[in-house]
Amino acid sequence: MSYSDKVIDHFENPRNVGSLNKDDAHVGTGLVGAPACGDVMRLQIQVSPEGIIEDAKFKTFGCGSAIASSSLVTEWVKGKTLDEASSIKNTDIAQHLALPPVKIHCSVLAEDAIKAAITDYKTKHGPAKNGEAAQ
Amino acid sequence: MTHMPANDLPRPIYLDYQATTPCDPRVVEVMLPYFTEKFGNPHSRNHMYGWEAEEAVEKARAQVGAIIGASDKEIIFTSGATESNNLAIKGVAQFYKEKKNHIITVVTEHKCVLDTCRHLELDGFEVTYLPVKTDGLIDLDQLKSAIKDTTVLVSVMAVNNEIGVIQPMHEIGAICRAAGVFFHTDCAQAVGKIPLDVDAMNIDLMSISGHKIYGPKGIGALYVRRKPRVRLMAQINGGGQERGMRSGTLATPLCAGIGEACRIAQAEMEAEAKRLTALRDRFLKIVMSGLPQVYVNGHLDKRIPGNLNLSFAFVEGEGLMMAVKELAVSSGSACTSASLEPSYVLRALGLEAEMAHTSLRIGLGRTTTEAEVDIAASLLVERVTKLRAFSPLWEMAEAGIDIKSIQWAEH
Repeated sequence: MSYSDKVIDHFENPRNVGSLNKDDAHVGTGLVGAPACGDVMRLQIQVSPEGIIEDAKFKTFGCGSAIASSSLVTEWVKGKTLDEASSIKNTDIAQHLALPPVKIHCSVLAEDAIKAAITDYKTKHGPAKNGEAAQ
Repeated sequence: MTHMPANDLPRPIYLDYQATTPCDPRVVEVMLPYFTEKFGNPHSRNHMYGWEAEEAVEKARAQVGAIIGASDKEIIFTSGATESNNLAIKGVAQFYKEKKNHIITVVTEHKCVLDTCRHLELDGFEVTYLPVKTDGLIDLDQLKSAIKDTTVLVSVMAVNNEIGVIQPMHEIGAICRAAGVFFHTDCAQAVGKIPLDVDAMNIDLMSISGHKIYGPKGIGALYVRRKPRVRLMAQINGGGQERGMRSGTLATPLCAGIGEACRIAQAEMEAEAKRLTALRDRFLKIVMSGLPQVYVNGHLDKRIPGNLNLSFAFVEGEGLMMAVKELAVSSGSACTSASLEPSYVLRALGLEAEMAHTSLRIGLGRTTTEAEVDIAASLLVERVTKLRAFSPLWEMAEAGIDIKSIQWAEH
């Protein structure tokens, strides 16, 4: 298996590794994948009152492509609105990282992680997005 | 895409001796004349070119026989252990099929044994796949009770290619002989690593590989017992070479190479086993003292000296291999296989899929040095620590969360 330069770059110098406080009302957490399948991604977003993603962090258990995909999406979602972020497609991730066919599932997982983090954030804020929760 | 390694990069430290080994320079030297000036066909009986090639082949046959306590007349040259396993299992099954049609093997066998057995099942043979215990070894009582009147062959590998565990060969051989069942063993990973004796172990057929023992690729051998005689249906028909069991002109240089490889392995096995055991213990000590939650897969003592198979909990194996690109190792992780399934050998030990995904096979061999072991083991400690800092599972484990308590969406 050979890796693209972009995968190697993200794997060796991952952006935004870490954790945000999952109990913070401004933070949405997405945890996707399964240990038994060999990859688990946790993507966290911190959203401003204006609905802009100000910060993103990840931790991933997985192969180089899974780690690179999650690192990449933390870069991509920053500065985006929730709607913009949820429009990121796995094909964009796969194309950017030049993932081979057997690694497409890594990009699918990264897309799922973004959606899961956004859903978590929205759940905290109620269906009507009625401003700040108690905090 | 980047293709590694470029010529200007330092080559990784090779720690994958169960995958293959370099040809020993002494082996290459013995082989060389048979490519050029001594190029004759060993089956040409009419002139010196044929005679000198035949002499080399017969010398090699005796050398291969010697390392397993067999006579030269019982050694058939093949293209490798895969062919030997095919010939032994299909050959016996087909030859005796009018009388018996049941074969016993083990779930952790090499793919070429399992696939051959699957193929025979399609042809109407019955196959029993014995499970292994958590240490990777078979239960002898289960073997005994699996043998029935229709059983023609038991095929059990001496040493597993992933976890290096050694099956109880003497005991299996005794059970088979008492039951009147042929005993075939895939010894690709065992020859030259542990003492083998076809008579003491009651082995009827044994597969041998050249390139696992510092010999050339493209050659192997099959031991076929003469007394009591084992008969085979040939799988490759032609000029009747190799006592009619494997037609085709022998590759004289390759035969000479596997012969010399066996000679060297036999002469050096005892000292090399001691050296490799010390290196392996050193490797394990550095890793275990530097990292928590590392597990040895397979029995640690009933194992060849040059093998370690370790699970680094909460770090995925392929990601880890990429993080230690200075080392050439292999992993039982799904991501390294086309099937996206983790190692069937590790799963057969009862290992959870998540632990199978975190495994690394480290193979030490003839050219491994103490300095390489120190560098490699320390590097693993450093990189596993780094990857655990990226791992959400490690964070959960540190926080005391049982990852099994989480509802994962398996994909």
